[in-house]
Amino acid sequence: MSVDMRTYLAHVELANPMTTAAGCASSGRELAQFFDLNRIGALVTRSITMAPRAGRPTPRMAETPSGMLNAIGLQGPGIDAFLERDLPWLAQRGVRTIVSIGGGTVAEYGALARRLTDAPGVTAVEVNLACPNMEDRGRVFARDGASAAEVISSVRTLMRYDVPVVAKLSPDVADVVSVARACVEGGADALSLINSPLGMSIDTETLRPSLAAVSGGLSGPAVRPLAVRCVWQVHAALPGVPIIGVGGVLTGRDAFEMVLAGACVVGVGTALFHDPHACLRILRELEELLQARGFQRLADAVGLAHRPPGNARSRADTTDMEESSL
Amino acid sequence: MLTTRRVDAYHALTVVAPGIAEPFRPGHFVALAVGGPQSSMLTRRAFSVHDVKPDYGGTVEFVFTVRGPGTAWLAERRARDTLDLVGPLGRPFPLPRDPVTCVLVGGEYGSAMLFGLADALLQRGCRIDFVLGAASADRVFGAMRARRMGETTTLTTEDGSLGVRGRVTDVLPGVIADARADVVYACGPMAMLRGVTAVSVEFDIPVQVAVEEAMACGIGTCMTCVLPVIGDDGVTRMVRACSEGPVFRGERVRFEDVGTIPFDALGAPGSPGGGARHVS
Ligand SMILES: Cc1cc2nc3c(=O)[nH]c(=O)nc-3n(C[C@H](O)[C@H](O)[C@H](O)COP(=O)(O)OP(=O)(O)OC[C@H]3O[C@@H](n4cnc5c(N)ncnc54)[C@H](O)[C@@H]3O)c2cc1C
Ligand SMILES: Cc1cc2nc3c(=O)[nH]c(=O)nc-3n(C[C@H](O)[C@H](O)[C@H](O)COP(=O)(O)O)c2cc1C
Ligand code: FES
Repeated sequence: MSVDMRTYLAHVELANPMTTAAGCASSGRELAQFFDLNRIGALVTRSITMAPRAGRPTPRMAETPSGMLNAIGLQGPGIDAFLERDLPWLAQRGVRTIVSIGGGTVAEYGALARRLTDAPGVTAVEVNLACPNMEDRGRVFARDGASAAEVISSVRTLMRYDVPVVAKLSPDVADVVSVARACVEGGADALSLINSPLGMSIDTETLRPSLAAVSGGLSGPAVRPLAVRCVWQVHAALPGVPIIGVGGVLTGRDAFEMVLAGACVVGVGTALFHDPHACLRILRELEELLQARGFQRLADAVGLAHRPPGNARSRADTTDMEESSL
Repeated sequence: MLTTRRVDAYHALTVVAPGIAEPFRPGHFVALAVGGPQSSMLTRRAFSVHDVKPDYGGTVEFVFTVRGPGTAWLAERRARDTLDLVGPLGRPFPLPRDPVTCVLVGGEYGSAMLFGLADALLQRGCRIDFVLGAASADRVFGAMRARRMGETTTLTTEDGSLGVRGRVTDVLPGVIADARADVVYACGPMAMLRGVTAVSVEFDIPVQVAVEEAMACGIGTCMTCVLPVIGDDGVTRMVRACSEGPVFRGERVRFEDVGTIPFDALGAPGSPGGGARHVS
């Protein structure tokens, strides 16, 4: 008996909960050499910007225990080339595509939404809010509920009504729930947690920061507990809002943990660098785990860890208990 | 994994990997996972392929030096251990259609990847001349094999412990002139590739270089390994060494700007045509 792995991102049905994490699948073509992109729930693109971006100088990456720091700086082709080359390539193959967008002003996010609203092949839009706001002395949108909400409501207004808008949040905030709530009030149909928290490492040979950009985003299993905590808190506060759980997922067990915390979709980033087949492997492992625990549907496991203690046994066991009239 | 051996300052590992050996072309590399299944080292390590053989359905050999924890772990592997490799990766060396004269320049372990190339060139009737260099004699890789395959072989060491004291670029002009070389191929540290390119440009002959940039995935998804390269249209782009390289035409690589985003690169902050005002 196989598990029903279908899931919903707002009203959009995905065949299964696995997605790539933004910025970790390049244009999609690179990963397509390793597996059929149609077999994952959706591909999340790198964050698309209005103009082409060359990104940050190298070194851009430093390996850290169970993770890595990166300061790529949203290198990408810009929206014109994306709409001309990358999106049609994905659309032709029927790949479910969640387009991530990044901007420096509310107007720039709005302009991106305007360009995407009529583009064929956009399953959802994920708004990367971990970008510095040029109108607020470079303060990152995701750090301030009001400016995050302003971006979301602008994108929501301009984007076709039937394309869900996902707000991607950063854990580098005092209260992730209040930013999440502001985004939902601004019109976000779903949330993605977490973007990579800022970290830093220093090369003890050169006596200089390891990254040219000095600090960078920390990703990989090192951040998983942080991601699980954020997903947990936000799901507890906003149980009706679909969550894409991202951060340090390397195995089916890790994906299951995200699901139990409240995620209905799971993103895989850094693990793809280690294992290009990671998405399909994790999907298989997750399905096996769900099956072994007696679940018939993935949906039944979403947020299950929030049940009060004492109720901690699997659904299958609970059902047996009730039927046996004890 | 089949065998492991020491070659002077280097370790050489041979693995049975038919899926890599069969499509292999000179210039390809492999990306290895290090540290075992529970490893805390998540990024892959890139190694050029030194040799492929048809034995056991196809074997691949690579040569490495211990630099940090990943290569230290690799150096401890023994025959019959299993390794997790992805490959062959990257764009291989383009080969000349005609039987021309080629100078192959290798620095440190960079020499290792030149022998597969030399085989392919010899099969096409090319003449080859080797220039191999390193800091010291024990770090010059493949001198014996070069002597067997090359019309001439010139060795350099910085400490003078083998061959000519100095660098490959000190002897390269003489070798190019004597052989009347048509093409130069090079692999080694970036500074060497820059020097080799300058010499080749001086002689007005094409030069193909295999670059080395820090990598995390090796397959083109992480955008870690970029360097500024001038395209056919004259525009500089930050291109990925793993998927768009590692082999480039030397004169297209802006060696002096590696580690920066040149102001005129496509999408550089403040570049014409928009570019980025903000960073993330
Ligand atoms: C295309 C290519 C071919 C290479 N071929 C060889 C070879 O044939 N023999 C050999 O000895 N070495 C080769 N290298 C370099 C080799 O990849 C590094 O020495 C190795 O990754 C260091 O790992 P470490 O854990 O020992 O060191 P650390 O410095 O601890 O590595 C930490 C991280 O940085 C990355 N990194 C650090 N230095 C480099 C580097 N120079 N290049 C790429 N990634 C780096 C590693 O992948 C890892 O993610 C090659 C590199 C590239 C890009
Ligand atoms: C190399 C790299 C590039 C990334 N680029 C983006 C990006 O363009 N937009 C974005 O929203 N997040 C980006 N991220 C963050 C990831 O999408 C993800 O939130 C984070 O890495 C945590 O997940 P992981 O541990 O599975 O990698 C990037 C992460 C990495 C490692
Ligand atoms: S190493 Fe990841 S893109 Fe080149």
